[in-house]
Amino acid sequence: MLRLPPFTYHQPREIDAALRIVADHGPEAMFVAGGTDLYPNMKRRQQVPSQVVSLGGITELHGISGDPASGLRIGAMTSLTELEENAALAAAYPGFAEAVASISTPLLRNMGSIGGNLLLDTRCNYYDQTEEWREGINYCMKCEGEICWVAPSSPRCWAVQSSDSVPILMAMGAEVILRSPDGERRIPLLDLYQDDGIQFTTKKPGELLTALLLPAQDGWQSSYLKLRRRGSFDFPVLGVGVYLRMDGAKIAELRIHIGGIGSIAHAASDSAAALIGTVPDRESIRAAAKAAFKPTRAMDNTDHGAAWRKKMAPIFVSRAIEAALARNS
Amino acid sequence: MARRHVSTRVNGEPVEFLCEPHQTLLDVLRDELQLTGTKEGCGTGDCGACSVMLDGRLICSCLALAAEVEGAEVRTVEGIASGNELHPLQRHFLEEAALQCGICTPGFLVAAKALLDGNPDPTEREVRFALAGNLCRCTGYDKIIRAVLDSAAELRGEA
Ligand SMILES: Cc1cc2nc3c(=O)[nH]c(=O)nc-3n(C[C@H](O)[C@H](O)[C@H](O)COP(=O)(O)OP(=O)(O)OC[C@H]3O[C@@H](n4cnc5c(N)ncnc54)[C@H](O)[C@@H]3O)c2cc1C
Ligand code: FES
Ligand code: FES
Repeated sequence: MLRLPPFTYHQPREIDAALRIVADHGPEAMFVAGGTDLYPNMKRRQQVPSQVVSLGGITELHGISGDPASGLRIGAMTSLTELEENAALAAAYPGFAEAVASISTPLLRNMGSIGGNLLLDTRCNYYDQTEEWREGINYCMKCEGEICWVAPSSPRCWAVQSSDSVPILMAMGAEVILRSPDGERRIPLLDLYQDDGIQFTTKKPGELLTALLLPAQDGWQSSYLKLRRRGSFDFPVLGVGVYLRMDGAKIAELRIHIGGIGSIAHAASDSAAALIGTVPDRESIRAAAKAAFKPTRAMDNTDHGAAWRKKMAPIFVSRAIEAALARNS
Repeated sequence: MARRHVSTRVNGEPVEFLCEPHQTLLDVLRDELQLTGTKEGCGTGDCGACSVMLDGRLICSCLALAAEVEGAEVRTVEGIASGNELHPLQRHFLEEAALQCGICTPGFLVAAKALLDGNPDPTEREVRFALAGNLCRCTGYDKIIRAVLDSAAELRGEA
């Protein structure tokens, strides 16, 4: 049976107090929001902070404010269920709402926060295993070991970006607010992530993600499409977020991000460029989506075969574009 | 490490216990409070055997710290029946053979009750999605879904 390792538990009420505790303890300390990512990892000894700093008691981090016309501010501790149940949010940002509703299970959406989802650890079949299992293969470079088992000659780790909300939020141009004892910075999600399985975010150690900012909703449409084994519960092994704006019958702007494949949700820029300024039809969408095949880096470190996931990428891109267009009409 | 004193309510009764920070609510329910109805399957959020209600929300007790239930209201499978009278969900699970080995059953009952409390007239699809976090390796789910739909009908006074 899996048990949590011992740790000291902190329950600060204020952001500054939480930042101070983490600053005092350095890498020994980690924030915990819903714990649905951190606690399984701790039970499997992938992450073993000796100081766990709960964000649950900090009221300032909870709740949604603003309105779609000028943009929404979502506190990092807002639960996925709260987002899922917010009808105004679903109407204005359907792609984001779809992504949130597809995360894990009702139980875990009641517990999990949006901040935790944005900072979800990357995943890999060689990493998300018990301590004994990983010891048996002499560990991997993401945790305690030397090599990447999915690409043994690779100098880098290929663990997979597996958050459902990230691809659509990147396509939307959403931003986050990060706070440290030195002050606050506001950065686009595009700058929060980097293409590495270990250092997958640019968030500095000790920085707290306080809020997610959604853009003003003036005429944009969105969709999110997820590939997984079971229709109601599983991490994405491919997730396509599409954000677009029409100018009459023409696509004026289009942004596509592909997650669940590779360590970052990369942009399918060539597919988007091929359609911008055109009047889309089924054929042109399919032709443009083909360009999503090449940049899609699939490895055999998740559920489903890598070759098949890569083959599905253009198909999911074209379906997600069609879904966003259908919403627009 | 200092043990924590926690005061909470479990199935309506005031309860106090001491726990370590790293003990989960599931550990405390089973090992300290002898409420062994709640089961441990995976311990990692995958199976739902540990489903309980915390302040009216359905959660996995294997991923919630016991220290976090201070001042809260916990409801477990032991609180579903009224005295000796089984809840309609429990009765329908028995009558319709919606269980075999039974390890998933407490979790399904708690999750199904959470669903019906909020949505007395769910469609089959809604039941399937609401119970997606509860896994059963024995029944094949069909009998569980039917037992929940039949309980819902009875609770609405239609059966
Ligand atoms: C069985 C199972 C299935 C799942 N399926 C999915 C799925 O399909 N799709 C998906 O996207 N996710 C899935 N998840 C992952 C997880 O439940 C969600 O991503 C959830 O939103 C994580 O949020 P949390 O609040 O529980 O995070 P936590 O576990 O509390 O935190 C996650 C990480 O973020 C850090 N952190 C959290 N909040 C902050 C903050 N405000 N500032 C700085 N750091 C912070 C923590 O230190 C930790 O490293 C699944 C998990 C399980 C156990
Ligand atoms: S024991 Fe908690 S989800 Fe499996
Ligand atoms: S009855 Fe055996 S797991 Fe469900």
